[in-house]
Amino acid sequence: MAERLSNREGIKGMANPTRYGMERVAYWLQRLTGLGLLAYLIGHIYETSTIVHGKIAWDKMLEFTQTPQGHIFLTLVIGMCVFHTANGIRVMLGHGGIGVGKPGQPEYPYKAASLNYKQRLCIWVSIALAALAMMYGASVLFGD
Amino acid sequence: MVRQFYLVIKMRESIIMKIHYGTALGAVVLVAVHILMRMTQNFGQSLQYQNVIANYHFLPYALMLEVVLILLSVHGFNGLRVILLELKQGSSYEKMVNYGSIVAMAILIAYGSRTILMAGMGIS
Amino acid sequence: MAVVTEPKSSDELITIEKTSDQLNTITLRIARSNPSEGHETTYSEFKVPVKKWTTVLEAILYVKQNLDHAVAVRYSCRQASCGSCGMKINGKPSLACYTKVSELHSNVITVEPMNNFPIIRDLAVDFKQLISNHKKMKPFIIREDSEVTPESKEFSQTPKDLEKFLQFSYCIKCGLCNSACPTMATDTSFIGPQGLAQAYRYVADNRDKGKEDRLKIVDDSHGIWRCHFAGSCSHVCPKGVDPAMAIQLLRGYLLGFQK
Repeated sequence: MAERLSNREGIKGMANPTRYGMERVAYWLQRLTGLGLLAYLIGHIYETSTIVHGKIAWDKMLEFTQTPQGHIFLTLVIGMCVFHTANGIRVMLGHGGIGVGKPGQPEYPYKAASLNYKQRLCIWVSIALAALAMMYGASVLFGD
Repeated sequence: MVRQFYLVIKMRESIIMKIHYGTALGAVVLVAVHILMRMTQNFGQSLQYQNVIANYHFLPYALMLEVVLILLSVHGFNGLRVILLELKQGSSYEKMVNYGSIVAMAILIAYGSRTILMAGMGIS
Repeated sequence: MAVVTEPKSSDELITIEKTSDQLNTITLRIARSNPSEGHETTYSEFKVPVKKWTTVLEAILYVKQNLDHAVAVRYSCRQASCGSCGMKINGKPSLACYTKVSELHSNVITVEPMNNFPIIRDLAVDFKQLISNHKKMKPFIIREDSEVTPESKEFSQTPKDLEKFLQFSYCIKCGLCNSACPTMATDTSFIGPQGLAQAYRYVADNRDKGKEDRLKIVDDSHGIWRCHFAGSCSHVCPKGVDPAMAIQLLRGYLLGFQK
């Protein structure tokens, strides 16, 4: 009742990040990839722990993961990792005030200096790097 | 010991976030090394049991894996903590999220360290 | 810095001139709710005649005057100075007086109360939290020698000093930034882009000596660190305040990038 009264958009607000431009899309992807990578980290720590149970257990784990589906999943993880890293560096620099423009006299139509072409370029570069990494990763995984 | 643990929990948010950024930067470098190690041989071959065990027996690499584990666990669970704190507020919920994140980090680090130690010492 | 953009082509100019005296009719959907009476949100639809320059506020006032007197809406200056008429227009927080119907490129316009503010009725929302967060930032010059004495001189500032904080002082407290912010959507304790930008406005002002006080206030688990530079606040700000820039510059002090 209190939440309804406060009229918060809630998680539904995350559903359409394109309303507010590329920076909001990048924020949304950063969150998604972060959660995905955390889930992968936990799975990876668990899967690699099979090494302590000997060669048979390790080979059984490899049979489970070194499949076409496993490779597709790993390719996605590679993409998530590269995007999260590259966009994360952009965000970290932004958090320090680097690349967000300089204060000045606002003039009509009041285009925000912090939402500049450098930020959008870095977001697109992050996406491009992720795509390239995925292509390279897929070529290594499937090319074997 | 309890007091030190409590002081860790009461860290200012700026210190926590500096750790978050620091672990991110450290993890970028070391994860890149970790991935590149798989490229030193043919990918499929690099995942063979004896090659992986050899990696664990190489002390600098095993130490690097331990550092990566700590950096990524801290970074990942702190990120999850931030997301959970933003989703819901309240003093008992926030305490639960804060302590829960630390416990989760500790569990993951402990479990991963067990693998590194046991594989490195040849225990199976 | 902002740049005035020229029309894309001469065709665009011709189209506008041709329709300038024509009356078009749009459908205006207004969200209606009365939380104090327990009424859920419903949408009332109205056919409204509009011209080239008709603003969304004028369309709403047409409805109020001719079709339904009971529509609750806040407005005052009608010129984007007071910040009263903030609302969601076709899903995006905007000032109703500052948004022309023609620039929405749609025959159906939906107006709803701003998100992340409790609804009073229909399009009017409660600003208590915004005002309280703003007050928490100590929005005044802090210095020991602020009392006027016979010996005191004015605090002089060069144009360069002024430029460092001027744009952030243009905030009209319309709340659009808080409505657009993804953190405000879920975090009820977050200070919000408006408060944080105003904290920076005073920190950047060289007359002010309260930087450490304000940095302590924003260095909180629901303070400046819950901003993730999504930039939606700056995207919707009608006055060019650019709260996202202010917040990152303020954070630069906490991270040691700025002294």
